[in-house]
Amino acid sequence: MSSDIVKRVLAGDRRAVARLITMIENNGDEARRALADLYPYTGQAHVVGVTGAPGTGKSTLVNELAKVYRGGGGQPARSPRTVGIIAVDPTSPFSGGAILGDRIRMRELSGNPGIFIRSMATRGSLGGLARATADAIKVLDAAGYQVIFVETVGAGQAEVDIATTAHTTIVVQAPGLGDDIQAIKAGILEIADIFTVNKADREGADNAVMALQMLLDLDHVSRPALHHSMVMEAEVSCNEPDSGLAPSQEQGWRPPILKTVALHSQGIEAVVEAIEAHLVYLKKSQTLYQRERARIERELNDILQQELMRRLLSRVREGELDDLIERISQRELDPYSAARRLIEKEERFA
Amino acid sequence: MTEKKIRVLVAKPGLDGHDRGAKVIARALRDAGMEVIYTGLRQTPEMIVEAAIQEDVDAIGMSILSGAHMTLFPRVMKLLAENGLDDVLVVAGGIIPDDDVPALKDMGIAGIFGPGTSTEEAISFIKKNVRRK
Repeated sequence: MSSDIVKRVLAGDRRAVARLITMIENNGDEARRALADLYPYTGQAHVVGVTGAPGTGKSTLVNELAKVYRGGGGQPARSPRTVGIIAVDPTSPFSGGAILGDRIRMRELSGNPGIFIRSMATRGSLGGLARATADAIKVLDAAGYQVIFVETVGAGQAEVDIATTAHTTIVVQAPGLGDDIQAIKAGILEIADIFTVNKADREGADNAVMALQMLLDLDHVSRPALHHSMVMEAEVSCNEPDSGLAPSQEQGWRPPILKTVALHSQGIEAVVEAIEAHLVYLKKSQTLYQRERARIERELNDILQQELMRRLLSRVREGELDDLIERISQRELDPYSAARRLIEKEERFA
Repeated sequence: MTEKKIRVLVAKPGLDGHDRGAKVIARALRDAGMEVIYTGLRQTPEMIVEAAIQEDVDAIGMSILSGAHMTLFPRVMKLLAENGLDDVLVVAGGIIPDDDVPALKDMGIAGIFGPGTSTEEAISFIKKNVRRK
């Protein structure tokens, strides 16, 4: 029972793709039904995340990568691929509005029939993506886009949702952003499958590369098996004492560190090669399957949380929440007890 | 928990490089709670319409100071119609002589805001006139 919009998306109709993404962002029931119908057609695209601090050149890099994928070429020769791009920018916590400016750096891609670009505001999500991002990927996937780039908001240290959303994550760095202690901190650097040091024509590029090399050398000494599928569990469990192996001898993937000057189209081909090599590795090593499982587990978890919350709040009488908040602020009630009351009420209904 | 947001494309068609006005309006629309897709300078009518399709916008705001509005705006409106985007609200700003206003309104540009327009005026016009949602 496919609705009209589902048929149009499957046929690659760009307006239908755009409209369905809007419906997903607005969280409507019709969007959920359409996603259910599209789901069997998803799982084909290679999803590539691009993350990094604001101003490191993420949008410019995505622009260049998309050009290479559209053009084909390379050694060995590739055929042109269709490219979907989802570019996320932050929503203002004050007004709820947003300026979505990533298209500015992608003007060369305009009019290319094999490229679809969608800008998306975070609308309150904190992990570097929007709530609707994962579902928008499914829409582009079902519409036949073969490579989907997901550009996160300018990310600092903790916005790591992209690691469980993408198959391949590129962390973009630029020279001069911090010393080598920054490189051994936890967070965003741990999720990279590929590093690019962009703006590599600037002073300090070699230092940035060296700091990342050091990070990776330490990584391979202390926990050879760590990667995305274990993003949360890894902290506790991955300490293999006997791992004096050289990186090349290990099973895992050592993230390459690539210098680029995206503004002048330099070094881009090597990044595309690394993306392709990573996909081959994912497939060969069964990591793709593990990551898919981890992603789906997380997605199901998120959906359950949202749905349960929605159900709970739909049962709460108007003003009841305000009353509780007021009583908590008066110290008549503590927040845990207030939450328990709301939940017990829900259970009585069930 | 549905949350509908007005999405507006702010574009600078043509060759003039003055985008301060466009940035001011983009910022004001953001502060009014809208999602503003800002595409930057030197947009062709084709680029504007393509972006409007992909971004599924409710409104398009174009700013032009070069005097080419009577060439570029009709092409944008024609392309919008050809692509079935008749339900998108189109407004324009910049330097547009009063003599040209009736012709532009005839072709479907709903609001024309010259220099001195307050940002509140533009915001309330868009809020009142978006057709969808």
